Amino acid sequence: MTLELFLLSAAALFCVGLFGALTQQSIVMLMMGLELMLGGVILAAAAAWHYIAPATADGQVLIVLAVTAMALEMAIGFAVVTALFRAREVDMTDMAAELKE
Amino acid sequence: MDVAVFWVLAVLAVVSGAMVFRFDSMARATFSLLTSLLCVGGLVVLLGLDYLGIVIVLMMTIEMAIMAVFMVMYMMNPAGLMPMTMMHNKRGAAVVCGLVFLLLAAGILFAPWPARRGKSSADPTMELGMSLMGPQMLTMMTLGMALFATIVATVVLATRRGRYDRLGDDLRARRADDPVRGGVGR
Repeated sequence: MTLELFLLSAAALFCVGLFGALTQQSIVMLMMGLELMLGGVILAAAAAWHYIAPATADGQVLIVLAVTAMALEMAIGFAVVTALFRAREVDMTDMAAELKE
Repeated sequence: MDVAVFWVLAVLAVVSGAMVFRFDSMARATFSLLTSLLCVGGLVVLLGLDYLGIVIVLMMTIEMAIMAVFMVMYMMNPAGLMPMTMMHNKRGAAVVCGLVFLLLAAGILFAPWPARRGKSSADPTMELGMSLMGPQMLTMMTLGMALFATIVATVVLATRRGRYDRLGDDLRARRADDPVRGGVGR
């Protein structure tokens, strides 16, 4: 196990999540892609802590930050979907494009 | 042993992450995402961060349980009884993701990573706590404010009729304007 292997798997997770976030039409599925991307960030931060600077806690703080971002993203995402669905009966990104023009 | 565990967890994380977008059934997609994030938690434990790994595992389990409920609520095909595709711009996204991965991989493989400096203390959790309550206090306070703002924002977004809808913009209406009579403030 090396730093590079951990970072490569984190990059793979990030890119799979990015693919989901870019392609999915359903807003909830799009959020799943974002969660996967943040999972990659968490893994990369843990690997950086372990292999580069284990003496300080900065890497761990970065993980706490990413985990919080995950929770906030999901809560706000579901609230927005609820508001959007209530106002427009819309659950797809392509149907919520009033601001496009 | 550690190497075997790493490979199993890493491959499982990426494969189940990819399966999230292949499954027709929303429940299956959610649990596939759960598998992927549990593997991430396992890898974090493997790196020596027991506390944060367990936090990730617990948080993701609950989060995905909630997500499964929302998925079934908001998806047009919750049970996955008919195969369907819900993607747009698949080719463009695949190209973008491939390029991003190549870029990241090149950076990972060619960057001159610094050598490991120092040793982890016997109790990294203690160190995290001391750091969050000491030099990283600003981070902790920002996170706390962000969480509080999220609570307020989610309630505001998710409420159908708030008190301003019921009692007017200055909250001075004698009678609450409710679609159904009765209840508090009738």
